[in-house]
Amino acid sequence: MKNIRNFCIIAHIDHGKSTLADRLLDFTKSVTERERKEQLLDNMDLERERGITIKSHAIQMVYPYKGEDYVFNLIDTPGHVDFSYEVSRSIAACEGALLIVDAAQSIQAQTISNLYLALENDLEIIPVLNKVDLQSANPDEVTDDIVDLIGCKREDVIRASAKEGIGIEEILNAIVERVPAPKGDPEAPLRALVFDSVYNPFRGIETYFRVFDGSIKKGQSIKFVATGKNYSADEVGTLKLVQFPKKEIKAGDVGYLITGIKNAKEVKVGDTITDAENPTKNAVSGFEDVKPMVFAGIYPVETDEYEELRTAMEKLQLNDASLVFVPESSAALGFGFRCGFLGMLHLEIIQERLEREFDMTVITTVPNVSYNAYTLKDKDKPIIVSNPTDLPEPTYLDRVEEPFIKASIITKSEFVGPVMSLCIEKRGQITNQTYLTQDRVELSFDMPLAEIVFDFYDRLKTVSKGYASFDYSPIGMRKSKLVKVDVLLNGNTVDALSALLHVDNAYDIGKRICEKLKELIPRQQFDIPIQAAIGAKIIARETVKALRKDVTAKCYGGDISRKRKLLEKQKKGKKRMRQVGNVEIPQEAFMAVLKLND
Amino acid sequence: MFYLSKIELKLKEFDEVNPTFEEIILMSSLYIHIPFCKQACHYCDFHFSTSLKHKDQLVEAIGKELSMRKNELPGAVENIYFGGGTPSLLSESDLTSIFETIYAHYEVVEYPEITLEANPDDLDISYLQMLSGTKVNRLSIGVQSFFEEDLKLMNRAHNAGEAESSILLAKQFFDNISIDLIYGIPEMSVERWQANLSKALELGIPHISSYALTVEPNTALKHFIDKEIIPPVDDDLAKLHFDILVDTLQNMGYENYEFSNFGKPGYFSQNNTAYWTGKFYLGIGPSAHSFVNSTRSWNINNNPKYIKALEAGELPAKREELSRTDRYNEYIMTRLRTQWGVDLKVVETEFGLNYAAYLMDHIQAFQQQGLLKLEGDILKVTGDGKFLSDGIASELFMLNLK
Ligand SMILES: Nc1nc2c(ncn2[C@@H]2O[C@H](COP(=O)(O)OP(=O)(O)OP(=O)(O)O)[C@@H](O)[C@H]2O)c(=O)[nH]1
Ligand code: SF4
Ligand SMILES: [Mg+2]
Repeated sequence: MKNIRNFCIIAHIDHGKSTLADRLLDFTKSVTERERKEQLLDNMDLERERGITIKSHAIQMVYPYKGEDYVFNLIDTPGHVDFSYEVSRSIAACEGALLIVDAAQSIQAQTISNLYLALENDLEIIPVLNKVDLQSANPDEVTDDIVDLIGCKREDVIRASAKEGIGIEEILNAIVERVPAPKGDPEAPLRALVFDSVYNPFRGIETYFRVFDGSIKKGQSIKFVATGKNYSADEVGTLKLVQFPKKEIKAGDVGYLITGIKNAKEVKVGDTITDAENPTKNAVSGFEDVKPMVFAGIYPVETDEYEELRTAMEKLQLNDASLVFVPESSAALGFGFRCGFLGMLHLEIIQERLEREFDMTVITTVPNVSYNAYTLKDKDKPIIVSNPTDLPEPTYLDRVEEPFIKASIITKSEFVGPVMSLCIEKRGQITNQTYLTQDRVELSFDMPLAEIVFDFYDRLKTVSKGYASFDYSPIGMRKSKLVKVDVLLNGNTVDALSALLHVDNAYDIGKRICEKLKELIPRQQFDIPIQAAIGAKIIARETVKALRKDVTAKCYGGDISRKRKLLEKQKKGKKRMRQVGNVEIPQEAFMAVLKLND
Repeated sequence: MFYLSKIELKLKEFDEVNPTFEEIILMSSLYIHIPFCKQACHYCDFHFSTSLKHKDQLVEAIGKELSMRKNELPGAVENIYFGGGTPSLLSESDLTSIFETIYAHYEVVEYPEITLEANPDDLDISYLQMLSGTKVNRLSIGVQSFFEEDLKLMNRAHNAGEAESSILLAKQFFDNISIDLIYGIPEMSVERWQANLSKALELGIPHISSYALTVEPNTALKHFIDKEIIPPVDDDLAKLHFDILVDTLQNMGYENYEFSNFGKPGYFSQNNTAYWTGKFYLGIGPSAHSFVNSTRSWNINNNPKYIKALEAGELPAKREELSRTDRYNEYIMTRLRTQWGVDLKVVETEFGLNYAAYLMDHIQAFQQQGLLKLEGDILKVTGDGKFLSDGIASELFMLNLK
């Protein structure tokens, strides 16, 4: 055990975690020349295309140091706030963390939140100042910032460039010297933490775990504590670039497990694995069921593809247990699913994966959060409303509560004003303001989660000219004055466009929704009135004028093919629209409320 | 091919003086593209070069292509059309050499229609005199407008005076004359458009092609509109002009036999009719398109490359076989533009019951909106539907599901 080091790489988005992981793998010769590529651990197509990490990735390497071989288990984590639960479980599996800070951008919101998570878990922090090769790097000042933040010595901060391969050996040495070897009782009953799971279509779910006590052996009968289910450990092994089956994974080490489980729902990240006959008495603490934060309806564009969509969603859920869904129906859109997501990025990813991996064209309705509604009849028992149309009629309604978050924003002092007014506009209350350095401020707000769903990130980026980072965590439900704003197209309410809004900005947003829809709904052969209404009261109105011209005059030199193809394309474009009543609505229109400021 | 259906032929009754439908479809056409212009009109995205340097080589290459492709057309040539670009940049010897090649290699009917597109600034007495001595017997004059403001805005090479004088002169040499007029030009008032039409009528032109100004990508016009130097084109205005156009010309005895074409009886353009009725045509010259049997093909749209290929004895063309669905879509798309309409019986016999049922299914909404009408088995766009006919056609398309 004394030669094992378990560590994760944590940082704000894009500070270079995955690139640093590449360099560590190169230096320890864990990948061959042929296997090498940038951000090697980001192996999902979507990760590679977007250049971000969506899932944690674990890998083992061997590092010889002063005549001894050390086994390193590295976990690369995602930076985005939507996946912070996953980061917290990765952290719980380690004794140390490389905290990467971009030498040009310095400390950002997720630097702080991930650092606190690591400190809560008593991890040894190795601060790494990355991207020192950049022209715009401020290594000295940022080192000061880091020293201030974690209270370490200046010499503890390792200067590195993951891109240029600077400081890599120093980091590896520091891992051996500074990260404590795992402790644990090899003789105690098995106690292992599940920190990730991956779906493999051929082998079922692969569970990634860290053994704290005891050991896990091939063929052992094991039990998952939270789900209470028993399995046989069909295969265990360590995680190199390919999996290495082993007879046993001992206390202190990290490995994978295959049990023949086919459904990701059965493997919960954060759960404890133990021996079925001789279970541990103290499961690893901190397990939570991941709770969705944002909800939206997902509907097939073609109504008859509902069953296909169900199959696709079920398959997606196999490898993404954080996706939840239940069937629902909409007067406008027919049958579909109400889905819960970790956040807006997660929503986007699911939508993209449906299209890409399952060739499903879907409509996503206006996202919303989940509310508690109390009726006059029973003022104590909340009705959970995760679809605006489920809100009880105002006459029966006693009160509504909505989820609040604690938001932390780090920005330059010159943008404090605009950032504050944005947060106040978004119904935020300032709770704290701390100068991290002379010109960098951390602002804390309590605000409704619903407000960050509505165009918050984009606005924040704009008002801070890109110099603001944002992080949040939920702080419970609070009472709120909400109304349901409906949208009528050609006189018919389109339920999928309804939104719950705060009374104070319902009129303004209603008006802007109408304006945005006018932009997005293509002209058709007749005028289409667009109205926003609260109950029976119309609060805003626009009209999409009838299409006047839809014909090209000339056909150049008999180029009938080109013309046919153009019209075929036009028809295909329409296939991506949904007909509600006699109005064709393009997909984007359902998300219109999110882009009111574009 | 779909238009050979006997049933359809029996059902048709055409104007006495115009060729019967059967005659139309058995004709073959030659289209010859002359890819040179004096200057670029702001709205134009056609293929042309403003340098005449390679003209002789190009005429030679065209001759070569003509002789190489002599066996492609199944029937006799009844219609030859010089389009462009600006064919009125051709000299007498250019024309003579092209005609010699055609007559040497192709069977041409006794009285073919031979049209040359001409720009007003080229039509002086001596050029017209020369033309009238060749086999050309029909002129299509690119007038576009009789008003200086419009011509300037579009960067035409001619002025308002030449627009009128070229016609007066042309009439001394040719009877079969067509002019092009453009409507929907930014800031063109209804009065100015009416005045344009009155001028054309006053000049006694038997055929008028009239197009809405369209803003194509990568044109100067698009650039100027984006930069707000020229106001944008307005569909409502275009529709207003179009309605005036149809009313005025129909009242004066012109038939709107195809969306953009109006002709007095006996003066329908055979070339245009070919495109919209599925007749075979060979397109010769850079960027020209051909249609024979169920194959469409098109030449490379680059003059030097075209010349080079033909010098090497190669045909620089791409081709495409039309599937049944492609043919159905084209039939709908082209026929809805014509006064002959879509024949449901033809759809059934040529494409099958599935297509016919699909079509019947999809026309209902348009019938209810008064955009399509059925006259017996013939489906046509209504007056209200005309300006939307591409959109309607696309809705009636069958998509090639991969
Ligand atoms: N100049 C320079 N660029 C770097 C360095 N390290 C990483 N980058 C670049 O920074 C960007 C982000 O790098 P990643 O390794 O994907 O960052 P990450 O922290 O894993 O990002 P997430 O997983 O999305 O949170 C990429 O374009 C890298 O090429 C460095 O040392 N110097
Ligand atoms: S003369 Fe005709 S082909 Fe030439 S640029 Fe003008 S519109 Fe285009
Ligand atoms: Mg990453």
